[in-house]
Amino acid sequence: MGADAYVVIEHLRGQVADISYVMLAAARELVQGSGGKVVAILLGHKAKDLSTDLSADEVLYVEHADLQDFIPDAYQAVLLPLIKQNQPRVVLLGNTTIGADIAGGLSVALDLPLVSSCRQLMSDGKFVCQICGGKILAEGNLPEPATLVTMTPGVHRSDDGKAAAPPHVTDVQPPALEALRTHLSKYIEPEAADVDISKEPVLISVGRGIQNKDNVELAEDLAKALGGVVTASRPVIDQSWLATSRLVGKSGKHVKPKLYLAIGISGAPEHVEAITDSETIIAINQDPAAPIFDLAKYGVEIDMFELIEVLTAKVKAARGA
Amino acid sequence: MNIAVVAKLVPDLVEELSIDASGAKLDTSFARFIVSESDDHAIEEGILLKERFGGQVTIIAPDDEGIDDVMYTAAAKGADRLMKLKGISAAEMSSHALARAFADVVSELKPDLVLAGVQAHNDLDGSVGSLLAGFLGMPYVGYVSGISMQDGQATVRKEYPAGLIAELQVTPPAVVGIQAAEQPPRYVAVSKVRQAMKSSTIEERALTVVEAPAAQHIDRMFKPEPAQHATMLAGTPDEIASKLVEILREIGVI
Repeated sequence: MGADAYVVIEHLRGQVADISYVMLAAARELVQGSGGKVVAILLGHKAKDLSTDLSADEVLYVEHADLQDFIPDAYQAVLLPLIKQNQPRVVLLGNTTIGADIAGGLSVALDLPLVSSCRQLMSDGKFVCQICGGKILAEGNLPEPATLVTMTPGVHRSDDGKAAAPPHVTDVQPPALEALRTHLSKYIEPEAADVDISKEPVLISVGRGIQNKDNVELAEDLAKALGGVVTASRPVIDQSWLATSRLVGKSGKHVKPKLYLAIGISGAPEHVEAITDSETIIAINQDPAAPIFDLAKYGVEIDMFELIEVLTAKVKAARGA
Repeated sequence: MNIAVVAKLVPDLVEELSIDASGAKLDTSFARFIVSESDDHAIEEGILLKERFGGQVTIIAPDDEGIDDVMYTAAAKGADRLMKLKGISAAEMSSHALARAFADVVSELKPDLVLAGVQAHNDLDGSVGSLLAGFLGMPYVGYVSGISMQDGQATVRKEYPAGLIAELQVTPPAVVGIQAAEQPPRYVAVSKVRQAMKSSTIEERALTVVEAPAAQHIDRMFKPEPAQHATMLAGTPDEIASKLVEILREIGVI
């Protein structure tokens, strides 16, 4: 097995996903110890241009009409022989809707270990991954002689994975892709929302701790008093207590408000990655160990139902004054 | 249509988590276990598929304490067959080993669709569903929040960031990783679950676990030591609310 770190570049509808740069930064850190190269693998159709700002020693570009969009089958069929043949030390994939779809299948087919939800790679071959909604970190040494890793954002900076000059690109012939059993029919655009939460300056965001749909009204009242908008973490949306357009997180929107008031949100990594650009985060939660308190500027450990109505009344009074 | 749903229990994150004496594993001796959230959605989606397109739903899970309740609840919702993997515990296994164990039982069922939760919060070596697809040699699509069937083809709605959905056609048999069911997991009354306990049987399968070679090794687990922590506001609700109003004023929101 070699010493190179391979990074499977993720892109969607003509845009390289931020996690790709995070992975390139992590790969660079890793090869400082192994002495290998950082190799980006870019699969696409007329997508070679997406390689221009990738910070990689080499880009392997695979062109095929069936690679225009992400199809798990197609990606796996292309990556399998490529990894087998080149035998890198490590292959990095996003712990995302793209990378996590193919990591398992590749791990089984290549009989390679898989380290998932990894947030940090170190030059001595150590990794740190996060589990239990970010409450526990797990550290180990990357299995020898080769391994697959799925990465989450957190430690490595995407700016470190960007290059000013275009990298060297090598064309790689794809294998036959006739036998695919998965095909893209179409994209469905998000429903037109009443508000664009990524542009709102004041967000009152509710999580599982809000307990039921009726209690969302308490947050609505507070939002109204503050001239803000109510948003939510995944559990609230999955219960259909708020529209999907209000979802903040990995599968929803990234937000950057002046105020992000998180009520009953524990702060799972999938949520946290979408709120780090907020100017001020205030967290209200009953669990003193909630990871959201490590990100928030101000925190209140309290039963939210004791506080929200009092706070709403005081905000109304202050604004009326 | 033959639908298999694989599920597992995970520690409830509401409870305090601790690490055992080895320093490399969660101490689960006092943990409360609940069904993994996305597995619960997978069960719901399986039942919805049966209601809309007909067929049989089989729930398969390792033999952890509390799994019987999950299975009988699934039966009360409409699951037809319940299969428990005796002698194995999800808390003690890697995702690879669990997927390997599921693969043997699932392949016997010859399912059209296998549903699994897209991820569990304690996965250290990938999600069970994607690995299971690998062991079964089936295609896999994850982060799915809706499935429909037509002319023997499955149409799945795969979620991307910012609310974008990709509609994919998948030729069964296939494994689908469920992010969210099309409707929240339904509530069933305790009386219905009790009824299901009397009318349904949990089939037991004895399995010998072979730890898959691809399981990874963890040397140490620890709780994150954050670089910063929020300034905590204390006092009565009234006092805290006043302090918050002050802060909101300072940052220019009021």
